[in-house]
Amino acid sequence: MTIKVGIPKTLFYYNYYPMIETFFDELGVEVVTSDSTSRKVIDAGVREALADACVPIKVFFGHVQTIKDKVDYLFIPRVVCLNKKTIYCPKFLALSDMIKHSLDGLPEIIDNRIDVRGNHFAVWKTFYHIGKRFSNSKCKIFKAYLKAKGNLSKYQDLVKEGYLPSVAMTILKNNNSKQKMSHNYSLRFAVLGYPYIVYDNYVSVNLLTKLNHLGVETVTLEQLPDTWVNKANTMLPKDMFWTFSDKVLRSSYHFFEHGGVDGIIHLTAFGCGPDSMVDKYMELKSKQYPDIPFMSVTIDEHSGEAGLATRLEAFVDMVKRKKEADVNA
Amino acid sequence: MRKVTFPHMGHSYIAFKMAMEEMGNEVIIPPRPGKETLDLGVKYAPEFACLPYKVLLGTYLQTVAKGMDTIVTSGGVGPCRAGHYAHLHQAILHNLGYNVNLICFEPPKRHPIDFYRKVQSLNNAKLSISSIIKLLKRGWHKLKALDHMEKLSHQIRPRELKRGTTSKVYLQAQRWLDEARTHTEIKVAEAEGVKAFNDIPQDSERKVIKVGLVGEIYVLLEPASNLEIEETLGHMGVEVERSLFLTGWTVDNLQKNTEELMTVTEAAQPYLPELIGGHGRDTIGHTVIYGKRKFDGVIQIAPFTCIPEIVARTILPKVSKLHDIPVLTFFLDEQTGKAGMVTRLEAFVDLLKRKKQNISISQTATTLN
Ligand code: SF4
Ligand code: SF4
Repeated sequence: MTIKVGIPKTLFYYNYYPMIETFFDELGVEVVTSDSTSRKVIDAGVREALADACVPIKVFFGHVQTIKDKVDYLFIPRVVCLNKKTIYCPKFLALSDMIKHSLDGLPEIIDNRIDVRGNHFAVWKTFYHIGKRFSNSKCKIFKAYLKAKGNLSKYQDLVKEGYLPSVAMTILKNNNSKQKMSHNYSLRFAVLGYPYIVYDNYVSVNLLTKLNHLGVETVTLEQLPDTWVNKANTMLPKDMFWTFSDKVLRSSYHFFEHGGVDGIIHLTAFGCGPDSMVDKYMELKSKQYPDIPFMSVTIDEHSGEAGLATRLEAFVDMVKRKKEADVNA
Repeated sequence: MRKVTFPHMGHSYIAFKMAMEEMGNEVIIPPRPGKETLDLGVKYAPEFACLPYKVLLGTYLQTVAKGMDTIVTSGGVGPCRAGHYAHLHQAILHNLGYNVNLICFEPPKRHPIDFYRKVQSLNNAKLSISSIIKLLKRGWHKLKALDHMEKLSHQIRPRELKRGTTSKVYLQAQRWLDEARTHTEIKVAEAEGVKAFNDIPQDSERKVIKVGLVGEIYVLLEPASNLEIEETLGHMGVEVERSLFLTGWTVDNLQKNTEELMTVTEAAQPYLPELIGGHGRDTIGHTVIYGKRKFDGVIQIAPFTCIPEIVARTILPKVSKLHDIPVLTFFLDEQTGKAGMVTRLEAFVDLLKRKKQNISISQTATTLN
């Protein structure tokens, strides 16, 4: 029987799944993902100790709870730092600890630590240590790692071309020729937020699709060229410490300063610590650039379709009217 | 002359006030955070900012109305939101039209030059470096004496015969220390304080239970932000030991009572090996140690949305089980009411008392056999 490794379909999934899947595939390990987020998944994660946590962590617990019995290993690496500058949200740093000490009946957890600060080959080394559980051949692990990396960059390119993660993953998997995306959009919005909120249709209450239906093309964080994001100067005396927060803030500054979109939406989750700062900085920045309408949307477990739809419609209408007025002026 | 203020964190303002004044600044004493402070903070702070952030913003808005023009604060160690507090506070104040200066100290060991420059910008009295060092030492001395008083209040309050005496003595001792300016005066005031505490009539028969208080630093150190949880517990006959003081925690206590001497980090290691900012790991470590020291219970207090404490919260049930020590958590925000807190505390204290009784009954039972 093949060994099965479980990957929760949330958090890092949207950024790194193709890499992880390829790596395990090459080692002959079967990868099992949890189902897409749903009410059922969320309910499975509910527990008293989590009452005050942010929505994404509750969702994560649900995903783990729903796959833990179907797999031999759970893949929850401790990702500390991948860019030598910023670290991940403290909750990410302690994911495996939180899981280990609050759920029972867990399979073995792969929780190797990745921190590239002061170590050039940290990512490879971590993958090597993970691979050793499943193969004795360093060579085989190395090949798997290279192929995984290759797949990751193919995936990232697809996302940069504008494909949503789910679509990009299908293209990558089936070697599909890319379908041309031809739509007539009259507006273009930047939707900034953490990938596990923006791309999770259940958590985001279908925000991206809703905007598309309203005739709005959306640009997300992962589509932006890294150089833009890195160059954007936030002028803060201290950088945001957290990788995703730093990216969201920088890209918002980029759009405020350089335009290119008709509106900016900050999508954030109820109970998120870092976002309380990020959102305020964005709001203060938006006051300096009244030309680009800004809206922040907070999602919680009970966000209703109707409420969000109404808010989005009103915002889109406002932007449309403003654009028309600008054209006529 | 600069008109400075700084965060109100328990009694520490008494020592900071002395240091700032002697360096030639006018001090606008930060008011004890109250409803007005919180209302102001809530109005202008981001909704999900942590409680300390809102309290401090409120404090600055209250003092700016009194002419405050400079905020002196610290960036906080460890990567957490506190590192961004000061700057975002300033940005919000600017946006409201208040042009206040910000002097935000970073740990001197890592940024010595920056530290020196900031000290100098506050040094309007043109003190020499050696006088500044002496002043800082005196400030530290005062802070230690103040912390000593607070610890005594924690020990004596649950045993006082007349409810409220301890709190009165503690206030009095703070006033004495406020007036003391030299090392000798501080020593005398401290001794007076100790004597006053010892003179409080106590009920030596009372069965007192011991609870460790862990959590986030600001809500631990500022009673107004934790709805005076220590006083409330004291009045319920609970001796509180707080895990954190500005001048460090009770090392001697640790050495006396734990067979295996372990640091807080070591104690937390099996549960939370990663540094996660704030005091999340300390919360775990202290709980383990309180468990080993056979405390009756532990209470965790933290601001709502506090990242490291939420992580700690999810792990604490396991620590509680393995070390057989009940743990109660309060996440505090502007809506937390005192009545609700008291009810939950009473239930918890009841549970601890019953647990303790059962243990002593079963112990007597075994000795009788
Ligand atoms: S960044 Fe925010 S939403 Fe994400 S895990 Fe941390 S607190 Fe939760
Ligand atoms: S430790 Fe908690 S209260 Fe302090 S800055 Fe971090 S999140 Fe806020």
